[in-house]
Parts: sequence; structure tokens; C-alpha cells
Amino acid sequence: MITLIAGVLFGFGLALSGMMQPDKVVGFLNIAGEWDASLMLVMGGALAVFTPGYHFFIKKRQQTWSGAALHLPTNKTLDRQLVFGALIFGAGWGLAGICPGPAIAMVALAGWPAIVFIFAMVAGMLIAGYWQQRKNLLTEQITQLAASE
Amino acid sequence: MHNFTPWSSLLGGLLIGLAALILLWGKGRIAGYSGIISGLFSISDNKRWRILFLVGTTLGASAATYALHLKMAKLEISPLLILAGLLVGVGSRLANGCTSGHGICGIGRFSIRSLVATGLFIFSGACIVAMTH
Repeated sequence: MITLIAGVLFGFGLALSGMMQPDKVVGFLNIAGEWDASLMLVMGGALAVFTPGYHFFIKKRQQTWSGAALHLPTNKTLDRQLVFGALIFGAGWGLAGICPGPAIAMVALAGWPAIVFIFAMVAGMLIAGYWQQRKNLLTEQITQLAASE
Repeated sequence: MHNFTPWSSLLGGLLIGLAALILLWGKGRIAGYSGIISGLFSISDNKRWRILFLVGTTLGASAATYALHLKMAKLEISPLLILAGLLVGVGSRLANGCTSGHGICGIGRFSIRSLVATGLFIFSGACIVAMTH
């Protein structure tokens, strides 16, 4: 139930903020042209709530309200995958002005174009996931080979 | 400044931050859409909360748009839209996060990886927009 409430609030926020209007996203990224700084305030507003909430409230407890474990990312390395991934993601974001959250949020409002975008996005995730798996397998084989030498 | 909407954007942002906080405190999960979506396609993971959160997002966004008479952009299916979707999918998977997961939750937790990722995707998005506009 609490998950559904969080989703509804997030969706409400996305719609109100302007993140679901691709022209506003493109306007924000159009730093060299007619810049629309609105999305700075979306991020600023979200961070103004999340950052103190996390550091003063959740981080100390290290668990959810019901005592369950937190699922936090543990990877701290700045690797090539992060760099190239972020650059590729930004290119797609700049092309259409849509990122994953707003794509989900606009499913009921925009219909097929949103669904087509989400299909393409999921395809991209699966392709990248498959590639990552193969790469890990290859690295494993190389380490094994090196160990057996 | 063009099309500047400071108050609605700030208020929307505050709600987004609150929602991310509620998901972490209530369910122990990071509100990162790309991760939540790609988790739907992995074998072992619990999918119920993911679907609930995504359905909630659509409901909340639709409710806000109708209740507040917000502008909804008309989108068209085009090769460009599909290419953009593919890039967003590949990139967010490789970078292990998108605007919500890195830009808000990650930076909010003072993660260096997220700070770098956010800087890079805003930079490359700005480059693409500069080339296409």
C-alpha cells in the first residue's frame, strides 16, 4: 500500500513539475539557446526533501519502518560502463525529451507513443543486459585461463 | 528565460523527493525508474512492489493532469522516438540508473557515481539538443 502511495505521489509530482512535457525537458537541456531553468527547480525541490530526510532519518536507522532491510547500491567504482552509459542515456533523453519515469507516468495520457517508447527502452535494457552478461562471462573465462597458466 | 515555471516545478520536485523518501522508508527501495523497470525482467526478483509503484505513477500523473488541467504534449510515433527509447534503455542499464535513481536518490545520498552520471547525462543531452536545435 505504501508503495502505491509513493508511486501516486511521484507521478503527481512528475506531472506538476513539467518533466512530462518533452519541450520543457529539451528547453532545460538547451543551455546554449533559450534556456528554461524550470527543471533545475524540480531537482532542487526533490533534493531539498530527500537529502535531509535520508541523512537525518533513514541513514541512522538503516532499516524501513517495519524493520526490513534497505536495498542500497554498493558499487562505488567510477568505471567505463557508468561513463558511457550516462553519455548514451543523455543522448536519448536529449533526442526525445523523455526519461524512464515520465515515460511510465504518461502511459494513460499519451497512449501508443508512450508504449512504443517504453518497448524500445526495455529492448535497450535487455540488449545492454545481455552484453554485460557476456562481458562478465568473458572476463571470468580470461581470469580462469590466466589462473590455470 | 523561456517558458519558466518556477512554482509548479518546485512543488512538483518537492512531491517527487517526498515520494522517493516514502519508498525508501516504507519499502527499503530506491525510487529509480530504470532499475525498477529492468528488475521486472530479471528472474529472481520480487515484482509486486515494482508493478504497484509503476501503476501508482501512471495513476498519480493522470490524476494531476486532469485535476489541475495540465498541458499534455502530443507525441507521435517516429523512428526518432524509437531510437531515443533504445538509447535511454541501453544507457540507463549500463549506467545502472537514470534521472530519478542517480539525479535524485543518488545525489541525495552523496554518491559520487550518481553525481558523475548526472553531470554526464545532462552534458550529453545538452550536446544533442545543441546539435538538433
